[in-house]
Amino acid sequence: MAGVVRLTIDGREIVTAEGNTILQAAKENGIRIPTLCYDERMEPYGACRICLVEVEGARGLLPSCATRVTEGMVVRTDTEQLRRIRRTILELLLSDHPNDCMICDSTGNCELQDLAYEYGVRDPRFEGERHTYKVLTENPFIERDYNKCILCGRCIRICREVQGVGVYDFVNRGFEAVPGTPYDRPLPETPCEFCGQCVSTCPTGAIVSIPSKGKGRAWQVRKVRTTCTYCGCGCQIDLHVKDGRVVEVSSPLMVGPGQGNLCAKGRYGYEFIHSPDRLTSPLVKGEEGFVEVSWDKALDEVASRIRRAVEEHGPDSVAFLCSARCTNEENYLLQKMARAVVGTNNVDHCARL
Amino acid sequence: MSNGKTKLVLGYGTCGIAAGAAAVKEALERELETGKYLAELDIAGCMGFCFKEPIVEVISPDGLSVVYGDLTPKKVPQLLESHLLQGRVIDEWVVKRSDDPSAGEGDFLAHQHRIVLRNCGIINPESIDEYIATGGYEAARKALTSMTPEEIIGEVTKSGLRGRGGAGFPTGTKWGFARKAPGDEKYIVCNADEGDPGAFMDRSVLEGDPHAVIEGMIIAGYAIGARQGYIYCRAEYPLALRRLEIAITQCRERGFLGKGIFGTEWDFDIKIKKGAGAFVCGEETALIASIEGKRGMPRPRPPFPANEGLWGKPTNINNVETLANVPWIIRHGGEEYARLGTEKSKGTKVFCLAGKVRRTGLAEVPMGMTLRQVIFDVGGGIRGGKEFKAVQLGGPSGGCLPASLLDTPVDYEAITATGAIMGSGGMIVADSTTCMVDLARYFLTFTQAESCGKCVPCRLGTKRMLEILERICRGEGEPEDIGKLEMLAQDIKAASLCALGGTAPNPVLTTLRYFRNEYEDHIFRKKCTAGVCPALITLYIDADKCSGCGACAKICPVGAISGKKKEPHGIDAEKCIRCKLCLSRCPEEAIYAE
Ligand SMILES: Cc1cc2nc3c(=O)[nH]c(=O)nc-3n(C[C@H](O)[C@H](O)[C@H](O)COP(=O)(O)O)c2cc1C
Ligand code: SF4
Ligand code: SF4
Repeated sequence: MAGVVRLTIDGREIVTAEGNTILQAAKENGIRIPTLCYDERMEPYGACRICLVEVEGARGLLPSCATRVTEGMVVRTDTEQLRRIRRTILELLLSDHPNDCMICDSTGNCELQDLAYEYGVRDPRFEGERHTYKVLTENPFIERDYNKCILCGRCIRICREVQGVGVYDFVNRGFEAVPGTPYDRPLPETPCEFCGQCVSTCPTGAIVSIPSKGKGRAWQVRKVRTTCTYCGCGCQIDLHVKDGRVVEVSSPLMVGPGQGNLCAKGRYGYEFIHSPDRLTSPLVKGEEGFVEVSWDKALDEVASRIRRAVEEHGPDSVAFLCSARCTNEENYLLQKMARAVVGTNNVDHCARL
Repeated sequence: MSNGKTKLVLGYGTCGIAAGAAAVKEALERELETGKYLAELDIAGCMGFCFKEPIVEVISPDGLSVVYGDLTPKKVPQLLESHLLQGRVIDEWVVKRSDDPSAGEGDFLAHQHRIVLRNCGIINPESIDEYIATGGYEAARKALTSMTPEEIIGEVTKSGLRGRGGAGFPTGTKWGFARKAPGDEKYIVCNADEGDPGAFMDRSVLEGDPHAVIEGMIIAGYAIGARQGYIYCRAEYPLALRRLEIAITQCRERGFLGKGIFGTEWDFDIKIKKGAGAFVCGEETALIASIEGKRGMPRPRPPFPANEGLWGKPTNINNVETLANVPWIIRHGGEEYARLGTEKSKGTKVFCLAGKVRRTGLAEVPMGMTLRQVIFDVGGGIRGGKEFKAVQLGGPSGGCLPASLLDTPVDYEAITATGAIMGSGGMIVADSTTCMVDLARYFLTFTQAESCGKCVPCRLGTKRMLEILERICRGEGEPEDIGKLEMLAQDIKAASLCALGGTAPNPVLTTLRYFRNEYEDHIFRKKCTAGVCPALITLYIDADKCSGCGACAKICPVGAISGKKKEPHGIDAEKCIRCKLCLSRCPEEAIYAE
């Protein structure tokens, strides 16, 4: 991004980096343009038409998500015409939507609901045929209810562009167009990895996580930010906690190494947290079998045994085995400890076993 | 001719074959095999007389040409016997004869000016030699060996040629963009998707003169700097595809395609990509996605294909007809082309005459000719002597114009000003028996089914408009429906991603503008004055005309008609399902719908 570009948005003079879109430039400057098919993790798509803006001198309205800024551009994001069009689009979407927010898992976390609220759209002027698709629950993780689908294409694109899998594409045309798998196969019969990335991007309740269904609405959970422990990547995750239990895992958008993306383990591998079989304190093996001890005690035990082994048999009698689930820094510290403290090169890693 | 033989040229495009030309061909071959005739058989594409297919042109050694139409295998022996052996022309079968322009349908061609269709129906499209004999590939040779790309673009700009695919963008300017776009890998794409109902001009050109399109692509490729061309042609055009393949193979053999073409250092080749028949794949960004193997869905522009097109490279997309004009322009000069037409619309335009016009077929007229001249002088007026009611220009993206606008010239700006568009050249004529609400409903059914589904206004907006129209046609229209249609149309036009949605409301808007009374009749008076919408009509028998033959009673599937023999019959409106079978059966035309 070599230079900068000066433009005007809603009467405000703005300077932004060359190559930015109107939407990015607006966002940087605290000007909110509504969107539906937009997700920063993917290429702009320009389908929902909610983010249309007026640009002086342009032929017709332009999607701000997909239009790059140019020098001297004069943009308006909130005119009467734009508000009217946004209302029409929302009314059209709601005219083919179950509108059962009362029992929808995405209530409170639904971009369509938020916009309907903001634009005060309740009864669409245009009634007509509504879809009655069967809700698809052929696997333990992902439920697809295309009656709630607004065809933003986000599931299709995240799976292809970010995940590199490409399970979905649109099938059919016109009113019958809908995302689908090849030959309508159930997800387990596709290359699906059950990463739930499609769940994470779906702006409505069309794709939801089955393990979290009915377990808590957006405002009922407390989000606890932590780092995923499954591998060393260090993806940031939010544990959704309700009544002291983790009911869902999500990842904050554009934060940390994962940038809001998670794999199947990070997203769905949290059941162990509340498993009765889970180890919650160190165990030391004695005459009687395993005995629960405190961390201090356990570490003392390890330290004294290492010391004894080194004294009796030399440093190379000890080996250190680390884990792919630790961070780079942790792995670094462990080998440092092996080499500098203990004095052995016997360091290895579970992923090689 | 030089060999003293009579030449028989059979119209062998899809229109001819659909009308039975294959059987006629067999019959002709059988007759010629007898050795009775000093004649040889050749084929050609569509001459434009689709309404008279199958047709055969008989060219005598002395140069006299007689075109016969409505042929059947049965008529063949009689035709050859009479014309070739007895020297007697069968006047009743004549479509056109070279020594008497007034004979048959001769004036169909008299008002036309053929540049794009210069060879259609005349040369054998499967023979490169016949194309070369008409001066074919001279333009490409001239362009590649004696002109710079800039000179070529200058010539095309001077001609005033505008894209014939619908939007009418100046071709020279577009080539200039692609030429200037940075990058050493560029593409030229020929758009042969032709998906609008009622349009078949591109198919006819590809079937009748494929080399003209290929030559246009060679010139365009050289001008913009593209070494690879693609022809995107729908798979529903098997004959066009086959003839293109033959033509491309012939060009490779002659060194017109491949490495170092026309003895120069320039490489250029063409690949054919078959489309699966989605209307939206004619939209340029959807077409590119489709060639790349993705689902054909448009994307926002900019970036335009001239900068980021096929495989992300600078790409120029032109319509079949646009490209077929190019060799002529290079051969005769841009100025010569610009002599024809109006101030801003130069040259000619090919139209497909369809609907209730008497001569359905292919016509190429100079720009500036009025719609009235096209429909009445070229098209021969309305079939069955009925009254003209409207003409739909530009297919599902276009609009419906009333008789009061018949003097509108064929000119991009003049037609756009009426609310219709020039479009690709479909011209569907409606008479007093066409219901305009039903016609709008028909076009919207098409666009809704063909919407790619990507953007909300088009996918759901056209669906809701269609439902309103269906309701009106069922007699369930409500007073606010007209307002709703107008509201939706306005937002769909403004907010759709591509021109499919952006123009889909046009048939509704123009019929609302010019035929509002018909909507009001449907909604407020529950009447379909054209007698089309089944829920809004009643069938009557005119007692004065009825001869009491009973034909109607026999055909009625629900037994709604009764009457004594030789006495006027009557229809029980309660029982009648308004299938109108009786209406077409009555020999006295005594039955009418109101
Ligand atoms: C829905 C839709 C369908 C189209 N179909 C065709 C088509 O079948 N053939 C065509 O040449 N252009 C078609 N176009 C126009 C093309 O997008 C493009 O403008 C044209 O091919 C450019 O060529 P031209 O400049 O020679 O006209 C279509 C456009 C839209 C929006
Ligand atoms: S779970 Fe992941 S791999 Fe499976 S469809 Fe969703 S995004 Fe694609
Ligand atoms: S206007 Fe229609 S065809 Fe064009 S992108 Fe939108 S949905 Fe697809």
